Amino acid sequence: MSNLRDAAAVVGIGETEYSKESGRTELALACEAISAAAADAGVAIDEIDGLVRYDMDHIDEVALTSHLGLRNLRWMSQTGYGGTGGNAVVVHAAAAIAAGVADTVVCYRALNERSGARYGQASTWMSDEVGGFAAFQMPWGMLTPAHMFGQFARRHMIEYGTTSEQFGAVAVALRRHASMNPRAMMRRPITIADHQASRLIADPLRLFDCCIESDGACAVIVTASDRARSLRHPPAWIMGASQGSGTRGQGIVFRDDLAVAESVHTAADVYRSAGVDPAEIDAVMVYDHFTPFVIFTLEAYGFCARGEGGPFVQNGRIELDGELPVNTHGGNHSEAYIHGLPHIIEAVRQLRGTSSAQLEHPELILSASSVAQLSAAVILRKD
Amino acid sequence: MLHGMPRPLADLDTQPFWDGCREGKFLLQLCESCGDARWPPGPMCPSCQSTEVEWVESAGRGRVYSWIVANHPVHPDLAEQAPYVVALIELEHGVRVVGNIAGCEPDDVEADMLVELYFEDLGDGEQLPNFRVAAGE
Repeated sequence: MSNLRDAAAVVGIGETEYSKESGRTELALACEAISAAAADAGVAIDEIDGLVRYDMDHIDEVALTSHLGLRNLRWMSQTGYGGTGGNAVVVHAAAAIAAGVADTVVCYRALNERSGARYGQASTWMSDEVGGFAAFQMPWGMLTPAHMFGQFARRHMIEYGTTSEQFGAVAVALRRHASMNPRAMMRRPITIADHQASRLIADPLRLFDCCIESDGACAVIVTASDRARSLRHPPAWIMGASQGSGTRGQGIVFRDDLAVAESVHTAADVYRSAGVDPAEIDAVMVYDHFTPFVIFTLEAYGFCARGEGGPFVQNGRIELDGELPVNTHGGNHSEAYIHGLPHIIEAVRQLRGTSSAQLEHPELILSASSVAQLSAAVILRKD
Repeated sequence: MLHGMPRPLADLDTQPFWDGCREGKFLLQLCESCGDARWPPGPMCPSCQSTEVEWVESAGRGRVYSWIVANHPVHPDLAEQAPYVVALIELEHGVRVVGNIAGCEPDDVEADMLVELYFEDLGDGEQLPNFRVAAGE
């Protein structure tokens, strides 16, 4: 049995409001979200002895020792590659706790991405010269994530006949879930026709295929099993966890196979570490920077065969009353883009029974993120 | 060609490629030990970890592997230039590079379309490789 299995649990969740302009610094947002998560768990700030950050986060350990008052840190780490972070931070926290190097770990993400440097608007960050792999992309106008991840969408269409309407089925499901979520930034339900009428951003990607841009922060508290049982909420047990890379290539698009989500090691590892298979999973939280990646990720984690994800997501199958509900909070697509960490928070809410789109007695939830060459996944279990 | 885009900055690993462009050559980096190609240029062969390199000139013909049409201008300089195509073009040895496709309307790009290399003058002797619909295609 994996040493990770049930060694730790998510016991606290905290969020700021999500908006187009937070009106405060990313540092203020981080401090607020972490304080809220600690309060939700019922742990004191002094009890936090481990910290995991996204390497893209502008707020580091030192800032948090200074301003949040963390002063008992024994272990710190960070995770790479953007949106895999939402699951990867939890993998790191669970691993540290299982190894005994920390007992209570905070994971967080804070960003003023809408009011600051917008990933989707090159005008907010573009420079005159670029090195590294960007030197082989940006001179030809491959600037934003939509320009890169749209290549994957096109390739899946070429190889499997996947359609824009199938991407639209994902958008409709995510928006329906967000319409029930008071925290969500985009709450007006949409139809397939609305999706098809939305303007092209990076054809084949339409506006309603793209996640939103947001300001805000969120945090989770992960603690060891003995402590977890004595806190305010029933623990969301980390039953399986995996982070990995088995896909060679730089710069997102320079890899052998574009019509697939990276999961070479993580899909098998997360199920093996948890000791379960896909048929036992009640709901899935998928990193949805673009709607096609919901399709690719469901294929990669064994919910349908490769190439069959397009038809799989249609006819309400991934909606809250469907066979496999996905992103019951609305995801990056419609709740807020806080880089995938709210997906863990929603999984915890579902297991506590406090989601705005609550499922009936979910026991096991998979959260998975695949971004180009890295992937990470977590399986959470109800207490 | 697109104007207003970032200019490529060479480093010690990629300098031979950009030097080749100045001479009108698209150089592919092959491992001298195992023969595998790699892209973008880098210091070590990811297949066999050799640092011995051979630079060979591409014949400059490839096929469209994937593409997007950038409809939404994400920079003011692109407002007058969108929609434009950003494609991944597969050259020999399976190397896939980024380029725009000149010589056809964005909506007329197709998978496996045959394209050919040409160079665009960036000024100061700098040349940017790019692709257009191949003659006879």
